[in-house]
Amino acid sequence: MSGRKAVGVETIGMTMRFGGFTALDAVSVKVPAGSFHALLGENGAGKSTLVKCMMGFYHPTSGDMLVDGREVSIASPRDASALGLGMVYQHFTLVPSLTGAENLVISREKVPDIIDWRKERGDLAEFMERMPFKLPLDVKVAELAAGEKQKLEIIKQLYLGRSFLVLDEPTSVLTPGEAQEVLGLVRDMTRAGDLTVLMISHKFHEVTAFADDVSVLRKGKLTGTGRVADLDHKAMAAMMIGDQPIAALDSRAAPRPDAEIVLKVKSLKAPDRTGLKSIRIEDLGVRSGEIVGIAGISGNGQKEFLEVLAGQRPRDAGEVVVRGAAYAATRAKARALNVRLIPEEPLKNACAPKMTVAENISFRTFDMDGNGRPVSWISTSAIRAFSARLVEQFKVKTASLSSPIASLSGGNVQRVVLARELTGEVDLLIVSNPCFGLDFSAVAEIRARIMKARNAGAAVLLMSEDLDELLELSDRIFVMSDGALVYETPIAQASVQTIGEHMAGHH
Amino acid sequence: MDATEIGLWGVPLAILGGAIRVSTPFIFVSLGEAITERSGRINLGLEGTLVFGAMTAYAVAVMTGSPWLGLLAAAFAGLCFGLFHGWICKFPRVNDIAIGIALMLFGSGLAFFFGKPFIKPKAPNLPAIPFGGWSDIPQVQAALDVNVLFLIGAVLSVILWWAFRNTRAGLIVRVVGDSSDAARAMGLNPDTVRLLATGVGGALAGIGGAYLSLYYPGSWTERISSGQGLMAVALVIFARWNPLGCFAAALLFGGAGALGPALQSVGVTQGYYLFYAAPYILTLIIMIATSSPTRSLAGAPGELSITK
Repeated sequence: MSGRKAVGVETIGMTMRFGGFTALDAVSVKVPAGSFHALLGENGAGKSTLVKCMMGFYHPTSGDMLVDGREVSIASPRDASALGLGMVYQHFTLVPSLTGAENLVISREKVPDIIDWRKERGDLAEFMERMPFKLPLDVKVAELAAGEKQKLEIIKQLYLGRSFLVLDEPTSVLTPGEAQEVLGLVRDMTRAGDLTVLMISHKFHEVTAFADDVSVLRKGKLTGTGRVADLDHKAMAAMMIGDQPIAALDSRAAPRPDAEIVLKVKSLKAPDRTGLKSIRIEDLGVRSGEIVGIAGISGNGQKEFLEVLAGQRPRDAGEVVVRGAAYAATRAKARALNVRLIPEEPLKNACAPKMTVAENISFRTFDMDGNGRPVSWISTSAIRAFSARLVEQFKVKTASLSSPIASLSGGNVQRVVLARELTGEVDLLIVSNPCFGLDFSAVAEIRARIMKARNAGAAVLLMSEDLDELLELSDRIFVMSDGALVYETPIAQASVQTIGEHMAGHH
Repeated sequence: MDATEIGLWGVPLAILGGAIRVSTPFIFVSLGEAITERSGRINLGLEGTLVFGAMTAYAVAVMTGSPWLGLLAAAFAGLCFGLFHGWICKFPRVNDIAIGIALMLFGSGLAFFFGKPFIKPKAPNLPAIPFGGWSDIPQVQAALDVNVLFLIGAVLSVILWWAFRNTRAGLIVRVVGDSSDAARAMGLNPDTVRLLATGVGGALAGIGGAYLSLYYPGSWTERISSGQGLMAVALVIFARWNPLGCFAAALLFGGAGALGPALQSVGVTQGYYLFYAAPYILTLIIMIATSSPTRSLAGAPGELSITK
């Protein structure tokens, strides 16, 4: 860092049109030097478009940018960085197989042809002295925890001499503890006047806890701006979602402690993704009419656990029992025992992207007649009638039933999968990150559907990286860390703090 | 001492000599492929580049009388093939493996077409350095007659190993090979980097081809390469994209290739031809032993189409 002081940035009437579609409509946002500004909005509200215009990735249709009160033209990301503007992306842009030090040095504007590592290491050590974070720079980035990667991303920007940072949902991959730490350190730097921050977020509690000011976008328009201290969550939510109705959660039916245990997992052991470690689930039972949530930072074995339950991953030992019968995740078994699955990234894991909406919606039923007997001749008209009914019932927005499912938006793909999986009798529902990357109204609706299935008597196993989602839906919460279930709490006694500590493996 | 007196000792000696002699094209092709693959692209066309390089080197050496000009011409031809591959692959929805196979056939076919008149004439060979001069055993002398290209290849593998960590170009190639997104965020153009990396890879494969026609076996025929270019690709994976590993693996393959002739030379008359298949069997065994149904290869560049 060249000791550069924070700069202030302002957009005036920023407008961006893609063809006939106005993604950004005359947005003026002022971020004074040394402030921590939050940018709120749903998916598709125009947050990324605004930021990309500011950083020179897009050329706005009209509108001006001021940096430290002077009008500037930013034609490319290079111009932005020359002015000290930098961005930390939601996904990591570090190169996994390079070490932290290699990542820092190679991202510099001028890199010598031959790198003198002795000198660079000395410089880096000196630079890190002045940083509020401590990080190992000699290990490969792939081996760092998510929180460390996020810190390294921020450090990289500072190392490059940036003094205005855009943080794009910086905490989406962090534990609550890591999020607190990272944002706290960033805020301290803004307080000290070294840095100006514009943070894209949709977590109200983060905005309240860390930001000075907030601007809210909806459908490309600025719908509100002000001091965070003057606004409560309700006011911010109103600016963010306007007056569209939000599907209410089906009120939770009281759980019955004596309900049948539908899913039983005993001494399960399976290799994890790397093949070096294994996941071990000692004893897990899910009763009819309850939602059991599994919390954890991604990469702690949840995905592997789900894959074992879904039959995508072989297991070394242990048993999975559904309603007293051994469950091997075959099509016949899933059908007989009414097991349904909503995996994460539904387009990738639960759909055939190039097949039509109608075909995708009928995957479970296309080879059966009305009485559940197998048929050898598939009736396309029956498939169309069935899918038309479900599309209607689950409010899927699609151009036609014969559109490829990949052409639908994320929320509508998930609605198709829900329609398929929740139709008919459901005894066991296994769900993973059902709302990841979806907008507000889709999220509320999907959660309501899951709650409805629970109230109808399904046993639900819900894995999620979103703690708020688990707290909202679950009857019991487990924490998965390092391949094992390390903590269990009924929802009534759940505390974010304790769950967060177990997620981070501090116990 | 005469030849029969060293008896079975001739076998390891012949394997050592063979390893040095046979491995050289493997070294160059696999180092070239390592550079290309580290940048996130696979060039299966190196087999064709190797054959075309062999033809070019031989033809130019015949016409100019200088094996070194032949070598340069082969490197240049390889460069062109590599750049061609890299240029086609930059278009969207083009598959690098399919293009590689097409170029493999194209390169061989073109070499046979232009190479017909050069099957008969004799070209001057690349020089070798007799490291076996201290001994008066002819087998030792033969085994330690080391071609300069082998030495260049050895040095080159060390330089590449060093360069991947300590030079800007090396780090850029690794960045591009591991994450196109990160590269773009740094203002690098992945297509350009891959184009150059494929070009350099092709040039090295061309040099490998020159060795085939100008030193060992030392003449231009249409059967000059028996799949070395393809095996070198397997070898890069076996070597985990590490240039030093490529060198070691090339020696191992070279040694395996020398097993058949070595056994024959000490008088094993039955079944020795099975040992001619040793490099191919070794390829299969290595591929099976290092594969796994459940995990992806450690150390593989993230952008490689076979590991994605």
